[in-house]
Amino acid sequence: MPLNLLKFALSKRHPEPPFFRQPDYLNPSYEVVIIGGGGHGLATAYYLAKDHGITNVAVLERGYLGGGNTGRNTTIIRSNYLTPEGVAFYDAGVKLWENLSQELDLNLFYSTRGHFTLAHTESAMRTMRWRAEINKKMGVESEVVGPETVKAAIPQIDLSCGGRAPILGALYHKPGSIARHDAVAWGYGRAANRMGVHIFQSTEVTGLEIRQGRIHGVHTRRGMIRTSKVLSAVAGFTPRITQMAGFRTPIVVHPLQACVTEPLKPWLNTIVVSGSLHVYVSQSSRGELVMGASLDPYEVHSTRSTFDFVEGLASHILDLFPFLAGIKVVRQWAGMADMTPDFAPIMGLTPVKGLYLDAGWGTWGFKATPIAGKTMAATIANDKPHALIHAFRLERFRDFELTGEKGAAAVGH
Amino acid sequence: MTQRLPPQPGEWIDRSRTIEFVFEGKTYPAFVGDTVSSALWAMGERVLGRSFKYHRPRGILSHANQDVNVMLEDGTRTNLRGDVLPVEAGMVLKAVNRLGSVERDFYAVLDWLSPFLPVGFYYKTFHRPKALFPFWEGVIRRMAGLGALSPHAPRSETTKRHAYCDVLVVGAGPAGLSAALTASQGGARVILVDENPRIGGTLSYDHGGEKHALDTLRALQARIANEANIRVCVNTTALGYYADHLVPLACPNGLEKVRASKVIIASGAFEQPAVFRNNDLPGVMLGSAAQRLIHRYAVKPCERAVVLAGHDLARRVTLDLIAAGVEIAAYVELRETADCRWAEQRGIPVYRGYCVYEAYGKKSVEGVEVCLWDGQGRADVTRKHRIACDGVVMSVGWAPAAALLYQSGCQMRFDETRQQFLPARLAEGIYAAGRVNGNFGLEAALADGERAARNALGLAIGSDRVDDAGYSHPWPIIDHPRGKNFIDFDEDLQLEDFANAIQESFDNIELLKRFTTVGMGPSQGKHSNMNAIRVLSRIRNQPIAEVGTTTSRPFFHPVPLGLLAGRSFDPERLTPLHAWHLAHEATWVSLGGWQRPAFYGSDRASAIVDEVMAVRTAAGLIDLSTLGKFEIRGPQAGLFLERFYTGHYQNQAIGSTRYAMLLDETGVMVDDGIVARLAEDFYYVTASTSNAAAVYREMTRCQQIWGLDATIINLTGSYGALNLAGPLAPQILAALLSKHRLERLNGAEQLEIAGVVCRLLHVRFVSEIAYEIHAPARAMLALWEAIHSEGAPHGLKPFGIEAQRVLRLEMGHFIIGHDTDGLTHPFEVGLDWALAHDKPDYLGYRSLRILKRKPLKKRLVGFTLTQPPDVLPDECCLVLRDGAIVGRVTSIAHSPTLNRTIGLAYVAAEDAVPGATFVIRHQHGMDILATVVPRPFVGEAR
Repeated sequence: MPLNLLKFALSKRHPEPPFFRQPDYLNPSYEVVIIGGGGHGLATAYYLAKDHGITNVAVLERGYLGGGNTGRNTTIIRSNYLTPEGVAFYDAGVKLWENLSQELDLNLFYSTRGHFTLAHTESAMRTMRWRAEINKKMGVESEVVGPETVKAAIPQIDLSCGGRAPILGALYHKPGSIARHDAVAWGYGRAANRMGVHIFQSTEVTGLEIRQGRIHGVHTRRGMIRTSKVLSAVAGFTPRITQMAGFRTPIVVHPLQACVTEPLKPWLNTIVVSGSLHVYVSQSSRGELVMGASLDPYEVHSTRSTFDFVEGLASHILDLFPFLAGIKVVRQWAGMADMTPDFAPIMGLTPVKGLYLDAGWGTWGFKATPIAGKTMAATIANDKPHALIHAFRLERFRDFELTGEKGAAAVGH
Repeated sequence: MTQRLPPQPGEWIDRSRTIEFVFEGKTYPAFVGDTVSSALWAMGERVLGRSFKYHRPRGILSHANQDVNVMLEDGTRTNLRGDVLPVEAGMVLKAVNRLGSVERDFYAVLDWLSPFLPVGFYYKTFHRPKALFPFWEGVIRRMAGLGALSPHAPRSETTKRHAYCDVLVVGAGPAGLSAALTASQGGARVILVDENPRIGGTLSYDHGGEKHALDTLRALQARIANEANIRVCVNTTALGYYADHLVPLACPNGLEKVRASKVIIASGAFEQPAVFRNNDLPGVMLGSAAQRLIHRYAVKPCERAVVLAGHDLARRVTLDLIAAGVEIAAYVELRETADCRWAEQRGIPVYRGYCVYEAYGKKSVEGVEVCLWDGQGRADVTRKHRIACDGVVMSVGWAPAAALLYQSGCQMRFDETRQQFLPARLAEGIYAAGRVNGNFGLEAALADGERAARNALGLAIGSDRVDDAGYSHPWPIIDHPRGKNFIDFDEDLQLEDFANAIQESFDNIELLKRFTTVGMGPSQGKHSNMNAIRVLSRIRNQPIAEVGTTTSRPFFHPVPLGLLAGRSFDPERLTPLHAWHLAHEATWVSLGGWQRPAFYGSDRASAIVDEVMAVRTAAGLIDLSTLGKFEIRGPQAGLFLERFYTGHYQNQAIGSTRYAMLLDETGVMVDDGIVARLAEDFYYVTASTSNAAAVYREMTRCQQIWGLDATIINLTGSYGALNLAGPLAPQILAALLSKHRLERLNGAEQLEIAGVVCRLLHVRFVSEIAYEIHAPARAMLALWEAIHSEGAPHGLKPFGIEAQRVLRLEMGHFIIGHDTDGLTHPFEVGLDWALAHDKPDYLGYRSLRILKRKPLKKRLVGFTLTQPPDVLPDECCLVLRDGAIVGRVTSIAHSPTLNRTIGLAYVAAEDAVPGATFVIRHQHGMDILATVVPRPFVGEAR
């Protein structure tokens, strides 16, 4: 048993300090204000402090830390994307993830499981080949494998999918991982807070102070803050912030739902995704099966659950794993996914000077938490987009230079 | 030793039918109607399960699916809940998640190690050294998890149905029964749902030592049985509330999705445990659990009980215990001021203003220590009384079973005097009645049910006024320096865990839940959330109303995946010629939901060559019935098509065909097809098989917006199509028409072939000479057979989708979605000619104008491999230029006609000239040289 458990037993009082102290009042001004206390916002605050020495930072969170999509996703981390720009970005992310528990001194349960994207059709096999070739060229471990390799890694799987959609092969991505999502927000928040970043929960932003195309401050329910640099990292609430700022993005918000079963003893050691069946599933360290599916097919700014989602998901999961019929789903939930037309994020500068955007994370944002924080911190500190996020600039939509990642989305959305 | 009581009036067991089952290797008797827990308890078993984290012995807590102390598996099924699992003859069960046996669980060492493992310990350790984490993760994964899965469990095939009613009543306790009766008498069709095997709710167990409750239940049962308008669903759980009054029911044999005009939530309340040291010892149970054991299953909960009381309903529990012959060792009343004369009069030792400081016992409770306390958690330990007992019955408070109310958008407020969350503002069409609405007493609940139903039917203006008193102690939580005073039994969370988590900044109810995992176990906080909220409120010095609750999410009880999935359907579309292909030994491929011939015969390679060569040298026939087929009719049909596709159609000659390309708003190619103009205001349009549904959906969407005078008719299913291709095709067709008629053929027209009225289009997709013939599905077989028998003597062969792909590649044609992707625009594939530049607008036009100004980075070209490797590069292998990715191979095949390897690929725009060479990175890693060649690859062989 690791020695640092001893301190719990040997100390009279619980020996752990607070993760984050919350100041009672907002300062009148900060060097940087980050809107959104999810993983991305807190990671940006952390790297601003650590990499750039900027600690006069306030993170404003409308609800509680990590309460948005950080705490609602299915925690899959991978870099097997389709565009060279995407692969380079997410691969840099995976490299940060690999040491993040040690860096933040918090066990994020970063668990490398291997990631199978199953193909049930010839055309899906072609896309797998495309991704594999791009990945290999970029130095990322991905390969097209046959059904026998899938069976060897997941002996319980029904390769015929009940005869409905036989598995022809898969894209295997060895670095594919999962992590404890809430802890990522807490870890970044704690580390940023220790370096002097102020974190305010239950502090909703109500307006932006913009004059002559430049940001001058942020209005909140708890008063106004003067600042010359503001980051919006608010996922599904992005349209509200850009509306305050007076410009538009092509983001549309769709609900994305997920559900979780009762804990089971470990049996599924990999992450399994099927585009044709619209499901992805992994088993958490607690033993729950964490499952997701496609976006809801319509725009709604809501996190309500629907029953047809869970019916469809159950049916497709049973195609892969018929023996799960008696396993119970404990709860379902939804997040608001800020979707872009090309399935790549929007990162960098905006038409408003001093206002930075980290948005368009749709269904793929959790895995980017560290690298988005790192690159956005650099972008804010230097007022210049980091090289890794050039392909994700907002102007690409105006300029018709999209970064097409639809083929790399987990399932056909 | 059996603790079975003599027959109880209203008991749920059938004493005439004794069965046997096995638990942990030992055989036990039971009656039909018993739950596994009741049968084991009756036989004196106390340790029925082990806890999740510390592996502490656990027995019955709620006996009502509000905890998961008793989780079982039978080798096939797992995580079965013993408290509600009916015993069946021959069951072989064991407890989940223990090493050894439930009596001797070696993992119980964790209980001793618990000081090392405080809340959230796993975040603080195991990540250093990094290399060891996979080992620790393996340990943690094996320790965590409840039941073990059987990979041989069968997929269930339960049914699903939809149901509709005027009033859905959730919960068949007194309030629900009263509501259902009132609604039915008011003329409403009612569905009454209860998760228990019988209706009655509290009436079936909370008797207070009298006959009144049972008499009331019998009267209500009789009245319900007489109401034809009421459908009673027992053993049925209302899973959740979804928008527009959708309440899915988990029934014993399947799923029933109910849409109700009105929903009355009479789901009652969950009894809450008191929090004291060792409150999880087997034998410590809720008052309602003891009452259920007595009245439903005729099982004596214990011989000698200590009752821990926090409200006046504890009296009824005590009287039930006495009536069942249980000796009351002590009546410990948390409230100093409560009136306990009724107990004293019966000679019960009363400890008023006392608390249970701790329970003790090895594997089940052997006694308790009681002492005075301040009502706020602190016990006066200077004078403790030890009381021997084999049962502790807790009757200290309730929490509303308000999940469906929360999910419906109901606002709840915390009522400080009643110490309960109560509905403050209900969503439209939703009503609350009974305990969930704060009405605990029988008369109050009956009246409340009636009021809710009258409100729902608009019969009278009722009020939501709560008339009843409160029955929850504000602080049923007793500190103990040595802990083990559990708040969440699923997750083994003790009181100090909450203080520690809050100290660590998890001081918001949602953060507290996520850090401690309170309420995240299988029972979803039913027995733990209320006390967790109390603790947070106390530590933060914030009223409970401000602390709030966590979001309530479906499901009310966890629901099996099989029930949600139902039977699996496998819709498959067959073309009108399916039987013919079958008779001619087609090898099938499933494409876009259709079954299509891939090739004929079983030898793939030779079949494809034969079929290709037949088309090139004689003639071939392919079934294209899967194509999207639409009629666009009306004065503005041409205008509609001009806005929809990229070309001109208003000036199209009648009797001609034109290419049709569909873009999305960003200028990306979505689909292509053929537009045939058959008359002035009549166009016939095709779309590709895979996009047929999407194109039709987009057509109707646009038509909704544009409102043109045009009608779109989808003939995809009602029409079939075939393609007759090859140099001998005209000769074969002439025999069926006449030579004269053939020479006068237009590009598109309606005519009769072999007695079938068809639409004939010239489409040169697979061959220079080819006729696409469309006809009503029912006539397709006759048409096909006529052509086939005419052509066969000349060498005509049917061909499948595989040969078609080679043939079109030889012709140099791309396929959208195969040779293009989600960003490909027409300029990249050289389709500039298909784009009109003199129309006011069409889908994607604005984007095209921008794209046209930008230099092209890549272009689709035809190529050939001069020295093809043994294994051809896969489609989607990369095209490299100076080591950088510039494109990819989209199609590649060996051409039987040319006897060489040909393909399509995206190359750097500057390389898109015939004769240029480029590099393909083979999937095996080597680089291969390819040469750009002009398209088409083949001229027609004549």
